[in-house]
Amino acid sequence: MPAPPLEIHDMTVAYHRKPVLWDIDLVAPEGQLIGIIGPNGAGKSTLIKAVLGLAPLASGQVRIYGLPYAQQRHLVGYVPQRETVDWDFPVTALDVVMMGTYGRLGWFRRPGAAERRLAQSCLEKVGMQGYAPRQIQQLSGGQQQRIFLARALAQDAHIYFMDEPFAGVDAATEQAIVTLLQSLRDGGKTVFVVHHELQSVRNYFDFVILLNLRLVAAGPTATTFTRQNLQQTYGGRLTILEEAAEAVRLGEPPR
Amino acid sequence: MANWFASLDASLRDAVFVVGVAALTNVACALLGCYLVLRRMSLLGDALSHAVLPGLVVAFVMAGSLNIVYMLAGALAVGLLTTFLTQVVHRQGGVPADASMGVVFTSLFALGVVLIKRYGQGVDLDPDCVLYGQIDLVEFYTVNLGGYEVPRALVSIVPVLAVNVAVILLLWKELKISSFDPALATTMGINAELLFYLLMALVAVTTVASFEQVGSILVIAMLIVPGATAHLLTDRLSRMMLIATALAIGSAVLGYAASLAWNVAAAGPMAVMAGLFYLAAALASPRYGIVSTLVRNAQTSLRIVREDLLAMLYRLEELRVERRLGAREATKAIGAGILGDVGLWSLARRGELKRVDGGLQLTDSGRRRAAGLVRSHRLWEAYLVQHLGLPADHVHTPAERMEHFIGQRLAEHIVADLQDAHQDPHGRAIPAPTTTVPEVATETRRHGDATDEGTEKGGRG
Repeated sequence: MPAPPLEIHDMTVAYHRKPVLWDIDLVAPEGQLIGIIGPNGAGKSTLIKAVLGLAPLASGQVRIYGLPYAQQRHLVGYVPQRETVDWDFPVTALDVVMMGTYGRLGWFRRPGAAERRLAQSCLEKVGMQGYAPRQIQQLSGGQQQRIFLARALAQDAHIYFMDEPFAGVDAATEQAIVTLLQSLRDGGKTVFVVHHELQSVRNYFDFVILLNLRLVAAGPTATTFTRQNLQQTYGGRLTILEEAAEAVRLGEPPR
Repeated sequence: MANWFASLDASLRDAVFVVGVAALTNVACALLGCYLVLRRMSLLGDALSHAVLPGLVVAFVMAGSLNIVYMLAGALAVGLLTTFLTQVVHRQGGVPADASMGVVFTSLFALGVVLIKRYGQGVDLDPDCVLYGQIDLVEFYTVNLGGYEVPRALVSIVPVLAVNVAVILLLWKELKISSFDPALATTMGINAELLFYLLMALVAVTTVASFEQVGSILVIAMLIVPGATAHLLTDRLSRMMLIATALAIGSAVLGYAASLAWNVAAAGPMAVMAGLFYLAAALASPRYGIVSTLVRNAQTSLRIVREDLLAMLYRLEELRVERRLGAREATKAIGAGILGDVGLWSLARRGELKRVDGGLQLTDSGRRRAAGLVRSHRLWEAYLVQHLGLPADHVHTPAERMEHFIGQRLAEHIVADLQDAHQDPHGRAIPAPTTTVPEVATETRRHGDATDEGTEKGGRG
């Protein structure tokens, strides 16, 4: 049996020793659109960052198609949250999309005509071909998000991790992004999307990961996105986990 | 070559030496400065230049003299150490980035001062020299290199500049992506943290190599000002680097000229020149500049006055007022002073208005444009009443503001959203769409909105 695109074993993520995600165990299926759902501060972005090696693991391990991330980088594409970058940076839309090819090129090699053509075609796929020479500050929020998606397409990955691609975009862009994600899925890619708009979950995702400091449930949307699981994800504060995390941070049991 | 150079007039030779060394130093700093400005860590150069002091003292004690190789090694070590400590204080201590920088750099600088007092007898640390450097004396400190007497300054700054240029060219894409999106870079295997340390190492070494020549004021100025100025003038990274280079050289040349005229040390005027370049760019930059903003605002004001005049004349026609309004009356009615006169003149020139028997009269093209404006105005009024639930007597003023900014597409969207797009809330007819497109649409087009292509036709009848 081939290795799954993403497998997480007993992963705990901690910042300054304080755990923010507890004991995650997860196997994700291939070729599906997968929603990562949970309230604010549930650790949705942290889950992605931990998988990509951007957040420190306190314990556990992550496997991408059976191997550690460092060996599988070329299979993975990443779309960070839009506000994590400085849009005043002196680059054009095409430059940003071309950055998607940098990982493949490796150190020192510069992108050439082939990469430029690829970036151009990725811009076309997100309907932004007319905007290639624009400085990125001059684009609307939805257009900036499309540029990020085009960049991910240029990464030509098997698995994509997207952090809130729908945040702050207009309805038309949201629809365009969904269509694009579906076509990626139909092409056999596995796409993880951090999402917090509950109404659209059933329409968008084949598989959901419900998260709130710990894994509440993971499975096909039809059977997993249930009222009971949602109540567990969103209902009540997880006082025990929070107290435990605080105790670890302080280094002693609180009195 | 030696003969050629020796035969030069002494003051000219002096000028070539000073400007040459200053220009090379400035460029070395300005190139790195571009990255610092883009990463919003401009003051790091300032901080690093102080923090390397203990490294310099240790290097001096170990080498027994001001040996440039030892000094650069000391600077490199302490530069990396300070960067590391700043990160640690920031991350582990939960201290904001700027404060952690302040804590580490002031502490190390103070440690350096203590070390000098304790071990550094004979270190040449003249305050004047630290501030201004020895750029004016550059030709008196020479070394013999392959039979030629060359300024000692060149021996330290040329290799440093060469390393900076080589690193930037070799790691162009790596530095670019790790400055723009460090997280993505790291996931791709381009370790952003490593590149950050590399950049800081270059800044530390460049600072120390430049320090002795041009002093701290010019080093700090060159690490920040040319990059910041260039960023105002372009939105391409490569052009930003080239412009910053040109500005760094320009500051050296003009600063030297000013230093002769004012009879002061050259480093100060060079930094002042960089500041003046920035001022000029801030005023004149096409996109962010103060002048161009003023011009844009004036153009918008004039357009609004023109449109107010047209719409007013249209409403008078609509009310079948027989008497023609005079120019004075018209500008007074829309509350515009001299700008109103300019507006009338420009309307006449566009052929949207003519004077008949001393009164103002809309031409056909003027009437079409006016109808478009009144249409926008009344559509907006209707929209506010229907969708925002405002009372009918509250909607005129906001519509008066908005009518100038409603293009064809927005108007269509409003129509689609209204139950009745033929009558405004006051019971007046909303003019039908005309072939003339309001000016606002052509405005958008000029800024290059590809989706609005083709809306301009018939604009200027």
